[in-house]
Amino acid sequence: MPLPYYVSPEQMMQDKAEYAKKGISKGRSIIAVEYADGILLVADNPSASLYKISEIYDSIAFSGAGKYSEFENLRKAGIRHADLKGFMYSREDVTARSLANGYSQTLGTIFSQELKPLEVEILVAEVGQTGRPNELYRISFDGSIFDERGYAVIGGRSEALQGYLKEHYKAEGLTLKAGLALCSAALENITNQKLPLEGLEIATLERNRVGRKFRRILPAESRQILT
Amino acid sequence: MSSSRTLSDHDDSSFFDYLLHRRPDLVPGNRDWNGTANPLWDPNRPHQIPQPPHGTTVLALKYREGVVIAGDRRATEGFQIAGRQMEKVFKIDGYSAMAIAGTAGPAIEMVKLFQTELEHYEKLEGVQLSYEGKANKLGQMIKANLPMVFHGLIVIPIYVGYDHRRRDGRIFKYDITGGRYEESEYHAIGSGGKDARSTMREHYRKNLSEDETLKLALLSLYNAAEEDVGTGGPDLIRGIYPTAKVVNATGITDVEDQRVAMLYAELIAERKQEG
Repeated sequence: MPLPYYVSPEQMMQDKAEYAKKGISKGRSIIAVEYADGILLVADNPSASLYKISEIYDSIAFSGAGKYSEFENLRKAGIRHADLKGFMYSREDVTARSLANGYSQTLGTIFSQELKPLEVEILVAEVGQTGRPNELYRISFDGSIFDERGYAVIGGRSEALQGYLKEHYKAEGLTLKAGLALCSAALENITNQKLPLEGLEIATLERNRVGRKFRRILPAESRQILT
Repeated sequence: MSSSRTLSDHDDSSFFDYLLHRRPDLVPGNRDWNGTANPLWDPNRPHQIPQPPHGTTVLALKYREGVVIAGDRRATEGFQIAGRQMEKVFKIDGYSAMAIAGTAGPAIEMVKLFQTELEHYEKLEGVQLSYEGKANKLGQMIKANLPMVFHGLIVIPIYVGYDHRRRDGRIFKYDITGGRYEESEYHAIGSGGKDARSTMREHYRKNLSEDETLKLALLSLYNAAEEDVGTGGPDLIRGIYPTAKVVNATGITDVEDQRVAMLYAELIAERKQEG
């Protein structure tokens, strides 16, 4: 029986992290910003049917960057978690915090125990109700979780995008129009090309909607909002 | 997240199946009561255990643009009135509603499960189920409740909705085995169902307007309440009226209490004149 090669744990983690980062950096980016009436999510996504942003529950949205099959699985698991919890207890007991924790656990376990880490970055957003603040959680491939304020970015060029948003984002009274213009400008800025509205996937969590707050904004409507 | 999963492991968009797999204890009708039968239950003497509340009469009628669905508010426990304000007509999703008769507990549980089921599917798949698909799924859920029927816990719904493909309202009735049957005009179930149906048979015409249909629905419930002890009529003293919803191409709207109260005032005035 051949002896297995010895690899130090440090080296192994480093290799895995590098592998995951490389996979994610190939993907396109997604931005979430808080605006006056809720949260706006914008993804650089040329496909009109393969979504990167989706609804999880009444006031919770999900978006994933990186490998589609992997974050699609996580999205479905999130919906199952949320629907089961809402069915067992009550709709108001489903929270982004618990969901983000679940994702963090899953990603952390896979990162440390499986041979191949997941090449994904996840964003969980919840629009605050009755005076409570919005919540934005970013979960990276190794399960580390970040509680973001104002805006959050995941995917390929996230550092450059964060730099841009840090400079240009102003929380005070940001309208949907201004928010959308900001996100599209940020994405154009880092890709150095004009992005048509058809190439953007846009969705909102609107605080004042009754029931389910998640809504997709199709290109025709986004054009209307921007004019 | 093992690598050996195939398509058949991934195509499951049903919350009901997920629940059956993960938390079978939460599935209505799935409790393992056989073998260790409920010691209180004796089919020969059903009156010995306290009866759970029962919902009574609900009905649905098609009209020009869709469907009207309505129900009285009474819940009974044997010969006692268990509740005067029970809600028996439920919005299921944006374009369908369900009304229940039978044992209130499991019925309301089934409503909640069915609402979750449809929302779950929509979120996972990114599109809504077809109306036909929704109606079939409900049939499977009623079938799963069959073991409970032998314990006297019967749930029977009417399911109505707007079918965008056919551009028409639709009414489905069910039996205890999950059998699903479409009604082309109207239907009523529950203890006063027969009485409500005879009123509807008398007055129903095709292509009624929304107002006419609503009035006929309320008249049928009124007549059912006169004939059947289990059905509650309009309670003028407490201001409790039957509830109704209208389903059409634009979605579901609740009929406000005020409008129901007004229609009842008209009906009662007509009765007084006749008498």
